[in-house]
Amino acid sequence: MPGSVEAGPAVEGRPPEVPVEINAKWCKGCDICVAFCPKEVLVRPEGEKAQVAHPEKCTRCGLCEIMCPDLAIVVIPARKGARAQAQGGAGDA
Amino acid sequence: MAMPITHYLRTSKMPHIWCAGCGHGMVLGAVLRAIDSLGLDKDQVCVVSGIGCASRAPGYLDFNTLHTTHGRALAFATGIRMVKPGMKVIVLTGDGDAAAIGGNHLIHAARRNIGIATVCFNNSIYGMTSGQYSPMTPTGSYASTAPYGHIEEPFDLCELVYAAGASYVARGTAYHALLLSKLIAKAIATDGFSFVEAITQCPTYYGRRNRMRTAVDMLKWQKEHGVPVASAARMSPEEMVGKFRIGELGTRTRPEYTRRYAAIIEVAEKGEAERDA
Repeated sequence: MPGSVEAGPAVEGRPPEVPVEINAKWCKGCDICVAFCPKEVLVRPEGEKAQVAHPEKCTRCGLCEIMCPDLAIVVIPARKGARAQAQGGAGDA
Repeated sequence: MAMPITHYLRTSKMPHIWCAGCGHGMVLGAVLRAIDSLGLDKDQVCVVSGIGCASRAPGYLDFNTLHTTHGRALAFATGIRMVKPGMKVIVLTGDGDAAAIGGNHLIHAARRNIGIATVCFNNSIYGMTSGQYSPMTPTGSYASTAPYGHIEEPFDLCELVYAAGASYVARGTAYHALLLSKLIAKAIATDGFSFVEAITQCPTYYGRRNRMRTAVDMLKWQKEHGVPVASAARMSPEEMVGKFRIGELGTRTRPEYTRRYAAIIEVAEKGEAERDA
């Protein structure tokens, strides 16, 4: 298993892949996702909603999604191209 | 998940009313993932609740839903199940709703073993009315009505419901969300009365009075105090002091009530036919 999955280089004109989507309208800023993310991918600046700060560290483990009390987080499965690239890149890991 | 969680939500009603960090949304997520894992048709599911913070849940759900009177969710659910025995009836209730106001309905639904899955969101407090103690408030903890520490013993609600006759009894926590979802799925699939106690956090009215300032503190408490049944079996009573078991706590096979009812109708009709002949 690779230690991390590439956040997603732009493939054929598509925007870079973001591993975690946060619905800011539903997020109440409780900090649960920030505290329990094993890779410190998420942050919440004072007075703001949760944000993805380090997409490159995300392993898409899904913990933030199942622990979000506001049902505001979705972890996006890796695109086939991005996953192959990440696995290729993980050969030296 | 096979379907996105929004498939099961009335998204126009979101965001929900619960406080920041409230565990009820986590338990609700576990319920939805359980339903998703069973591949149930939304029209064949009816979610019923009583009154309280937890009982707000069905308002956000895109199933047949019913928000009833305090403690009476199981009475309404019994009626639904009697006329629609094919319907998956799920009751979402809080610790006050289930154990205090609805305590009688709870034990009798279990005694009859009617096919209803009940998920009790146990946050140890009456959150909606600002933090009075409930029958599930731990001894010694603080509540707005127990400013010097609570002097009563709480129910072990799982033991109570199992003793009353339920087919399936389990306990999970908001922190152990994946386990909770699996337990709820098994409860919904159970033939007979099933009950899952979901320990959840109320940071607003329980945590801040009980030396747990944030939702994160309360989730860490759940992580440290919830002991899987297999590990608990190897621990001494001294080691288990202050801790609680999580996982499947009781399963048994007993006749389900609506099928017994259908059978007795057949007996009665046969009797009448013979009498009229």
